[in-house]
Amino acid sequence: MQTQENTKASVLIVENLTVSFDGFKAVDNLSFDIQENELRVIIGPNGAGKTTVLDLICGKTAASSGSIKFRDTELTRMKEHEIVRKGVGRKFQTPSIYEDLTVFENLEISYPRGRGVFGALLFHRDQEVQDRIEEVAEIIFLEDLLETKADLLSHGQKQWLEIGMLLIQDPVLLMLDEPVAGMSVNERKKTAELLNKITEGRSVIVIEHDMQFVEDIAHRVTVLHQGKILSDGQMDEVKQDPKVIEVYLGHS
Amino acid sequence: MSSIYQIVSRYNFLILAVLLLIILPLGLDVFRLNLVSKYLTYAFVALGLVMCWGAGGILSLGQGVFFGLGGYCMAMFLKLEAAKLNIGCTREMQEIGQCIVQSTPGIPDFMDWASMTELPFFWQPFHSLALTIIMILVVPTVFAYIVGAAMFKRRVGGVYFAIITQALASVLSILIIGNAGYIGGFNGITDLRTLHGWDIRTDDAKMVFYFITAGLLLFVLVAAQLTLNSKLGRVLVAMRGQEDRVRFSGYDVANFKIFVFCAAAALAGMGGAMFTLNVAFIHPTFVGIVPSIEMVIFCAVGGRFSLYGAIYGALLVSWAKTVFSEAYPELWLFAMGAIFIFVVLAMPKGLAGVFESHIEPRLKSMFGTRGKTSSPVKLAE
Repeated sequence: MQTQENTKASVLIVENLTVSFDGFKAVDNLSFDIQENELRVIIGPNGAGKTTVLDLICGKTAASSGSIKFRDTELTRMKEHEIVRKGVGRKFQTPSIYEDLTVFENLEISYPRGRGVFGALLFHRDQEVQDRIEEVAEIIFLEDLLETKADLLSHGQKQWLEIGMLLIQDPVLLMLDEPVAGMSVNERKKTAELLNKITEGRSVIVIEHDMQFVEDIAHRVTVLHQGKILSDGQMDEVKQDPKVIEVYLGHS
Repeated sequence: MSSIYQIVSRYNFLILAVLLLIILPLGLDVFRLNLVSKYLTYAFVALGLVMCWGAGGILSLGQGVFFGLGGYCMAMFLKLEAAKLNIGCTREMQEIGQCIVQSTPGIPDFMDWASMTELPFFWQPFHSLALTIIMILVVPTVFAYIVGAAMFKRRVGGVYFAIITQALASVLSILIIGNAGYIGGFNGITDLRTLHGWDIRTDDAKMVFYFITAGLLLFVLVAAQLTLNSKLGRVLVAMRGQEDRVRFSGYDVANFKIFVFCAAAALAGMGGAMFTLNVAFIHPTFVGIVPSIEMVIFCAVGGRFSLYGAIYGALLVSWAKTVFSEAYPELWLFAMGAIFIFVVLAMPKGLAGVFESHIEPRLKSMFGTRGKTSSPVKLAE
């Protein structure tokens, strides 16, 4: 039985997932699964439902029907913060960080401890937290900017900070929505490096438009179109798929 | 991490403590000091608003509700004690002309006027001072919890929340006015005389209440500062700008909002109780919309991101109100509206913002780097 095998190796199983907004099906009977340690890239034209899929997984949008299983937990009925605590991390399309706080404080808030009201009140910034924040800051190239207020960072640095905020959460499944959007060539290169480093030992879903970047990082690519899977497989296979060329890559 | 010692030893705390505990008591007569005491009771509310509105971004236009609940709890205790005297006439009382005739002796006078014959059940806890103190803290907090849970769990926020809290203020004042027999109606609860037999209307009592009010204010100031300096304070600031993102950092946003709203309500309740003690009455006009908005203005003028600013704002605006309304009573509301508009347009961070950006740097350059003058966490730049 193939499904039996999938349950063992899969971190995430999405089955018959549908969401409709006033009759418009943004995601239509979608099924796929993500293996342990897999890096999956989702591509597709605008309005294909890519971001909506991430919204559904992380609880931002409620599914109309279908199921999302993360390990053995059904996510469709859970609240956002509960899903996060299960080990699902999400980076948004536009950098969403806490602009009134410093880089250090941004990372500290993301540190997975003291997340209840009284836990936060009594949270103590001990050596362990301090060390972990410095370690993560180094990975995201911000070790010299720990005391800088986040809104003073450049666009690229904000993106890295948000990746760092996810990294410190230590999620099992990491979801990144256009991590290199708006970045310079140099920043893209550094980000690819960064992603390769942080994706070790976890499963990752990336939404991206930049095809060069996708080729650099992807294990497997899923092409979405009108809320359905159009094609799925290795990057080379997908690129040759006439349907994909038709709706997305365009004739060259 | 900031300890209590670090907060208390900072110059701004020391200046405030010296001002409240030494300079004002020495410089003012008892009548004026009692006025300051009244202003300070508003500062409790303003502190709560800094936490709730400044840090957490939750604007409540109904803090008068919690101020009133605290104030009424205190007044009910004092009224019951005053009512114990209404048990009929002894010969001594007749001789000094203090004879009070009630058809039902021993209940508050307004109940008797409304032809009630026994004390309503919700007055029972207020026979005991200990229970009263508990009620002063618990009633506003529980009420805030119910309102907060109903709103925040459903993700009602922003301007809708402000409007609902304002409606609550209106509802509560109408409820009080409409129930003259149960709670004193439009007259409020007046003629409060003694606390455990000690006359609260004397100059000595006013002096004592001033110091209790000022001391308690400094105490809750430290508690509020500790809260805002903790990670909870930073979660609130994060929530103010990026509420959704905080959920994806693994926090239940609603719980944090409920907590800070309850904390602000508890502070307002304390302020209300101290108000009743200082002025020896409570009135439904302190519950309604106008005082609730006034309190927001105190906080805005002083600076909604600064606990200290809120205290000075409450003192200054209330003082201005007293001075101005002595001269032109009917113009005060217009003047206050003008102040609010001016502050919003010209100094959105209030007096504290002006101090931080213009005065503090100069003081620093005058005195060199005099210790650590920057606070560990800034609510806003």
